[in-house]
Amino acid sequence: MYEFDWSSIPGALPFLWQGMKLSLAITAVAVAAGMVWGTVLAVLRLSPVAPLSFFAASYVSLFRSVPLVMVLLWFFLIVPQLLRDLLHLSHAADFRVASAMVAFALFEAAYYSEIMRAGIQSVSKGQRSAALALGMTPLQAMLLVVLPQAFRNMLPLLLTQAIILFQDTSLVYVSTLAEFFGAAYLVGNRDGRLVELLLFASAVYFVLCSAASGLVRVLRGRVAV
Amino acid sequence: MISIRDVHKSYGDFKVLSGCSTEVGKGEVIVVCGPSGSGKSTLIKCVNGLEPFERGEIVVDGISVGARGTNLPKLRARVGMVFQHFELFPHMTVIDNLTIAQEKVLRRRREEARKKALALLDRVGLREHADKHPGQLSGGQQQRVAIARSLALDPICMLFDEPTSALDPEMINEVLDVMVALARDGMTMIVVTHEMGFARNVAHRIVFMDQGRIVEDAPTAEFFASPRTDRARQFLSKILHH
Repeated sequence: MYEFDWSSIPGALPFLWQGMKLSLAITAVAVAAGMVWGTVLAVLRLSPVAPLSFFAASYVSLFRSVPLVMVLLWFFLIVPQLLRDLLHLSHAADFRVASAMVAFALFEAAYYSEIMRAGIQSVSKGQRSAALALGMTPLQAMLLVVLPQAFRNMLPLLLTQAIILFQDTSLVYVSTLAEFFGAAYLVGNRDGRLVELLLFASAVYFVLCSAASGLVRVLRGRVAV
Repeated sequence: MISIRDVHKSYGDFKVLSGCSTEVGKGEVIVVCGPSGSGKSTLIKCVNGLEPFERGEIVVDGISVGARGTNLPKLRARVGMVFQHFELFPHMTVIDNLTIAQEKVLRRRREEARKKALALLDRVGLREHADKHPGQLSGGQQQRVAIARSLALDPICMLFDEPTSALDPEMINEVLDVMVALARDGMTMIVVTHEMGFARNVAHRIVFMDQGRIVEDAPTAEFFASPRTDRARQFLSKILHH
């Protein structure tokens, strides 16, 4: 019978907290940048200009057809090398955090763009007509009238996607970057207590994500009124 | 002020407008009526360029709507439009609905825009609702706000696209009252409506459309007393006999 031994966790808490801060930072940057780029992609996708719409559709389909872990590996293996060569930086320069943020933002943008596309289409055509009839340019109509409503209609879905993204940041461990999951893994390996550390990490993810989902449910109720 | 000359438009094989022509003078009130699907709404949406058309010309205050290079946003800011389903912006308060285009399109200062908006809300009797959201108002109130929103840009003419068709019967009059007052103040108006009482009292001319054509274009009294075409006579007997 396996004997649980949780004693290595209290001492590791400061290190795990560092990891959690990194996970949250990657999530925050990826959510913000992914939503902005995703919204741009959604607008391009719905544009009557065929090349723009084709570009956005191809982008979304590319990123939705490739596993996230592959995208992360490209970014960890290829992009830092490229940057070093381009900028003539020393080999010591560490781009892993920036690479992770960019990779998540580009990947999640594909998902956010699908949510925002549905959101834009949920706003009636008459709203755009009314905005144009008041003399707004098509860009003003989109920014001032259509997008705020699309964003509001899709807020619960956007937040749910952010929660999924937070869980997905655990994949960063493939770069041996010590975000929360990676930190737990390192400690567990060091002390020979992998099972305990992974159970603890799972519990933390569960508590945070289910609490956040609960908040989204409350919000959904409010928005629906 | 508005001249519509030989306008044609089709959706694929279906001709929505075929050879429509009419003139609207300054201060004139024109009611456009006819059976549904006759192209009335499409015609007035061509006037501010919300619908493109293939042939013919529409000139509003000396500016050709369909011409290449026409600054459509600038033109539309001078032509008010009221929609069947109000189309107030639900994510903004009533007052913000009235100020947004003043600020973002006409570049008026915030204070000036608010003052104008409050004066117009007063005029349509809704000043106390300024800080509510459109969803909290009745249909009739929303349509009055929509009229005020258009007027906030000081338009040279107003287009109404079935402004009372989506309203409960008891709310129709409050909207028509606002429109009558506007007409009496000398606003140039093109109104697509089935409200024949309004047409009789306020309109200078009636344009009757059927199957994408203007089949009758006559002074109001003449149109009601002796419609020239069978189609108009049929239409009138159907909508007046109840």
